[in-house]
Amino acid sequence: MSKNDVAILGAGMHEWGKWGRNFAEYGVAAIKEAMADAGLEWNQVDFIVGGDTVRNGYPGYVAGATFAKAMGWTGIPIASCYAACATGAQAIDIARTRILAGMAECVVVVGADTTPKGFLAPNKGERGFDPDWLRFRLLGATNPTYFGLWARRRMDLYGATEEDFAQVKVKNSRHGVSNPKARFKKIYTQEDVLGSPYVSQPLRLFDICATSDGGAALVITSMDFAKKHGVANPVRISGVSTISPTFPQTVIDMPDFTTDSAAGLSAPDRSFRDSIAYAAYEEAGLGPEDMDLAEVYDLSSALELDWYENIGLCKPGEAEGLLRDGATEIGGRIPVNPSGGLGCFGEAVPAQAIAQVCELTWQLRGQAGERQVEGAKAGITANQGLFGHGSSVLCTR
Amino acid sequence: MAKTRVPAIEGWLTMDEDNPQLLGYLDESSGTYFFPKDVSISHAPGHADAEFKEVALSNRGTLWSYTTNHYKPPEPAISKDPFEPYTVAAVELNDERMVVLGQLADGVSPDDIEVGMEMQLVLGTLYEDDEHEYMVWKWKPASQ
Repeated sequence: MSKNDVAILGAGMHEWGKWGRNFAEYGVAAIKEAMADAGLEWNQVDFIVGGDTVRNGYPGYVAGATFAKAMGWTGIPIASCYAACATGAQAIDIARTRILAGMAECVVVVGADTTPKGFLAPNKGERGFDPDWLRFRLLGATNPTYFGLWARRRMDLYGATEEDFAQVKVKNSRHGVSNPKARFKKIYTQEDVLGSPYVSQPLRLFDICATSDGGAALVITSMDFAKKHGVANPVRISGVSTISPTFPQTVIDMPDFTTDSAAGLSAPDRSFRDSIAYAAYEEAGLGPEDMDLAEVYDLSSALELDWYENIGLCKPGEAEGLLRDGATEIGGRIPVNPSGGLGCFGEAVPAQAIAQVCELTWQLRGQAGERQVEGAKAGITANQGLFGHGSSVLCTR
Repeated sequence: MAKTRVPAIEGWLTMDEDNPQLLGYLDESSGTYFFPKDVSISHAPGHADAEFKEVALSNRGTLWSYTTNHYKPPEPAISKDPFEPYTVAAVELNDERMVVLGQLADGVSPDDIEVGMEMQLVLGTLYEDDEHEYMVWKWKPASQ
């Protein structure tokens, strides 16, 4: 056990979908499920962290308060945070830091979102100083544009094919079909994916994740609290990475026009995406070889292949081989996205990194039903938020 | 009457028809280039007090990757009417060692490019009104 371990006593999710209801509804449903899972009452919670949503007005900017009020004010301190897709990991990190500092022992972490249809777009108005606005205006550079750039590079550098990308979607759909929390519970075939229209070629509609409504919550406690509560062997959070890039960042990333220049200072040994999971491994004192499963951010099917390399499951250029061998399917050497991943969920931004940890929790407890990874004892999540937010959570049991 | 060509965004590029260049900034203390200049300090760690000078960036580089968008992007993006697919290219500038995004120049097919190819910066039209053509930088193969 690492000195930074904290316990996950409860996990809960509202099913993902596209209902257009108030985001707080999804978050509250997730909190209630996580509290019931933990066997705890709301008045035992001494801190709450809400992951913000930026598409739902003021209540979304103060998500911690929105959820605390919804559950009933009990006077506890609250925090709200935003780190784009990495919001959930940051919320988890805030919770555990307070626990490890001895300033809280039973914390709720929650994120929920209601998303509009279609491409995620920048805020309205003439915003000529906002790179996120300018990339749309001057380049037509949507988010899938960046996914398409990364995917094409894999094809030209490593010989990836459109069939490989489709296979990631096919694999994840087989995983997620039995997940009651997933939005898309349907098995896709290669023909389905390869028959869907191009969005950002070489990526097609079914290669790219949708945007969804959803909510996820965890009850995180000190190891002492878990023991007092009668849970001798809880799932533990043994490493959390919320790192940022090291200058110069030389891989083009949303929402930028350019990478940093490597003409003066030399690029770090590890790329930003390579360094995200590394930091979590380092804190936990474990490595990729110790992992039984991984939940990674398949914003596109091709990006999942990048993550295999970024989290150390294989060397650069070997991800397609891992996929083709079936190693990342349930039953394989290292199943990736047993939940079904974003391909089956679609992204609910502030909830998604928490949802990844919910899946690890159920997997490490052996409660994942038909998608159970046999004998799973350790798993890692990986994800990256817009504007330089690393996100990785390593859980053990 | 020919329309007047003006940059779609002030101060980002020269309007030299034959040899356009992006206008960047050099922090000489770290040897690091920036484009565009989004804040007034060098982002190289430890160089926040460095002096900047404006420099025209090299307009040749190596194709890092590219993608063709087949859907009309949301506002504030500007699309052709009726919509036509467009390609976004990522090119690593030779001297500055930075990757710069830009659309592929009109008339160049994505079938004719591949990662590693040498590319050249050209002026291209983003949109026009009755009097002006609003110009941005675009990429084309250096051999074309």
